[in-house]
Amino acid sequence: MKKLTNLNAFFAAIAAKQALYLPVDNSVGKAEYKKWQDGTVYSSALNTARSAKDFFFPQTENLMEFKMEGKKIDVIDTREECEDFVIFGVRACDAASFDILDRVYLVDPVDSYYKNRREHGTVVTLACNRPAETCFCGAFGIDAGNPLGDVTAWKVEDGYVLRANTEKGEALLACVADLLTDTDDAAVKKEQEKLRAIMAKLPLANLTTDGVGEGLTKELFDRPEWAALSESCIGCGTCTFVCPTCQCYDIRDFDTGHGIQRFRCWDSCMYSDFTKMAHGNPRVSQLERFRQRFMHKLVYFPDNNDGIFGCVGCGRCLASCPISMNIVKVMKTLAKGGNQ
Amino acid sequence: MQAMMEKRAIELLENGTVNRVLGWSAGEFPYDMTPAVFESVEELQNNFVYNDFCGANLSKYLIKESRKEGKILVFLKPCDTYSFNQLIAEHRVIRENVYVIGIECFGKVDVEKLKAMGLSGITGIIAKNGIYTVETIYGNKEVKMADAMAERCLSCKSKKHVVYDELIGEDGEVVDDCNRFDMVEKLEAMTPDERFAFWRGELSRCIRCNACRNVCPACTCEHCVFDNPNSGIAQKAAVNSFEENMFHIIRAFHVAGRCTDCGECSRVCPQNIPLHLLNRKFIKDMNEFYGEYQAGEDPNAKPPLGTFRTGDREA
Repeated sequence: MKKLTNLNAFFAAIAAKQALYLPVDNSVGKAEYKKWQDGTVYSSALNTARSAKDFFFPQTENLMEFKMEGKKIDVIDTREECEDFVIFGVRACDAASFDILDRVYLVDPVDSYYKNRREHGTVVTLACNRPAETCFCGAFGIDAGNPLGDVTAWKVEDGYVLRANTEKGEALLACVADLLTDTDDAAVKKEQEKLRAIMAKLPLANLTTDGVGEGLTKELFDRPEWAALSESCIGCGTCTFVCPTCQCYDIRDFDTGHGIQRFRCWDSCMYSDFTKMAHGNPRVSQLERFRQRFMHKLVYFPDNNDGIFGCVGCGRCLASCPISMNIVKVMKTLAKGGNQ
Repeated sequence: MQAMMEKRAIELLENGTVNRVLGWSAGEFPYDMTPAVFESVEELQNNFVYNDFCGANLSKYLIKESRKEGKILVFLKPCDTYSFNQLIAEHRVIRENVYVIGIECFGKVDVEKLKAMGLSGITGIIAKNGIYTVETIYGNKEVKMADAMAERCLSCKSKKHVVYDELIGEDGEVVDDCNRFDMVEKLEAMTPDERFAFWRGELSRCIRCNACRNVCPACTCEHCVFDNPNSGIAQKAAVNSFEENMFHIIRAFHVAGRCTDCGECSRVCPQNIPLHLLNRKFIKDMNEFYGEYQAGEDPNAKPPLGTFRTGDREA
């Protein structure tokens, strides 16, 4: 493990070689990832309003373009090799979300747009020290005090302790070696101990995945509670768009007047035209759309991914749902009235 | 307040005046109440909650609920009654299927303001004499209610219920000096370039979640133009970000003259975009061009944009 005392020098040294993004407070006091430049103030917020998935799976991107001249159509491949970049300050929840996205986008057929960014990005995670009441990563076996990523960082009393987890991480620390000194894990263990005591006091500390998980489609699909749970859902896409693991997209054409930009953009299962096909929409009511979102995260995804849940407990949807309905309320309700 | 509301709801349910109650149900935290329909006394006793965090405007749910069998009881704050009236004027809610209890309102609290004060790990909020004791796992803190009040409540336009079947608490008055156009005036004083930069900056945070549209009591089209692939402008997020900004501007135009300024759009925005300012600009302009008008105040009033008078200004 390595000890770092001058965080700003660390940022400057990395930014001299490649683009560095880190959470910065925006004009409304919420944190968002911004490119570091001299004078950038690192946010003290627990997490960013939008998740870190934007780096690998942006809200919109052009897939290809068509240029028309008379009867001639040129198809233009818009893909370019992405430049190397570093994201600093990713929390354990968001870091775990990358593994979930990888299971979707890096399996056959590999998504070349996603893979390109993933290969060129180096993720530096930061252990939590002041979790919020909306946090419940522990329910999914995620350790907020030991996040993954290429490099893990811990804030300790007199600086930061860093640990490289991958080759990419080793390479990153090697290029800032003159700012680092060797250290043991004593300070990290102390911080982890403190965090564990805090985590135990969180209101959602005892949330479990009992009652949900792989193989439960038949038990859960027709549960009567879906009606009351979905009743006040306004069908917006807030939960899906702040979610670090929501991965669905739509592909559309944008007519520029002299050509077409074929782009993809995040889609939401809460929307009325989600997965609309020639015959119409397979989910005509909000109950069905609502159920889809939670069944996907809590049953279908684990079904297809060795039991791994499609939620990382970051709590963003709890904080931002206009009507305060969320996955925790769903999990607790489904767990309560089991075996019906 | 909660006890009085619950008691009255139980009475009206038991005597058959209504068969359902639209209110709020308890959440995981002291501040995350969810709008809910209660169908039995037992449900009300177990889950019904009303407190300073019940900010949601329940009027829009009545479009659907008033078309179900029986009569539904709804609790409306003064500002919500304007939305309700506007929905009646537009024939979107069936009035006779709704029993409205107007509830006195002292302003609602925005939990984000508490969080912005550095409060995290919130486990309890106790209100007493204008002070909240916010209990957190990191210690307790006292906060003045006024410091945590939702932005829209700081410039509350009316404490008066414009429609109700009965009231719990006192009815108030229209607030004439509510200063709700202060920020609009600041924007008007900007140069066009400054104003353009202001809005591009604010709207650049938009994630096109549609929460503003879906919560808006004036947005009641059965099939929104932005959801219609045949409209040519259906988008979830366009390639060109200016196109994306146009969503809000088009929406503001569409609700102009019908927006009651309930503030739900800004309340629900996960990116804190001050969307209500677009609507307020239109309201201010219409007041100046066609005379004072408050949407929802009188369901029989002629709306300025739905009326033609030969003396109307041309531009």
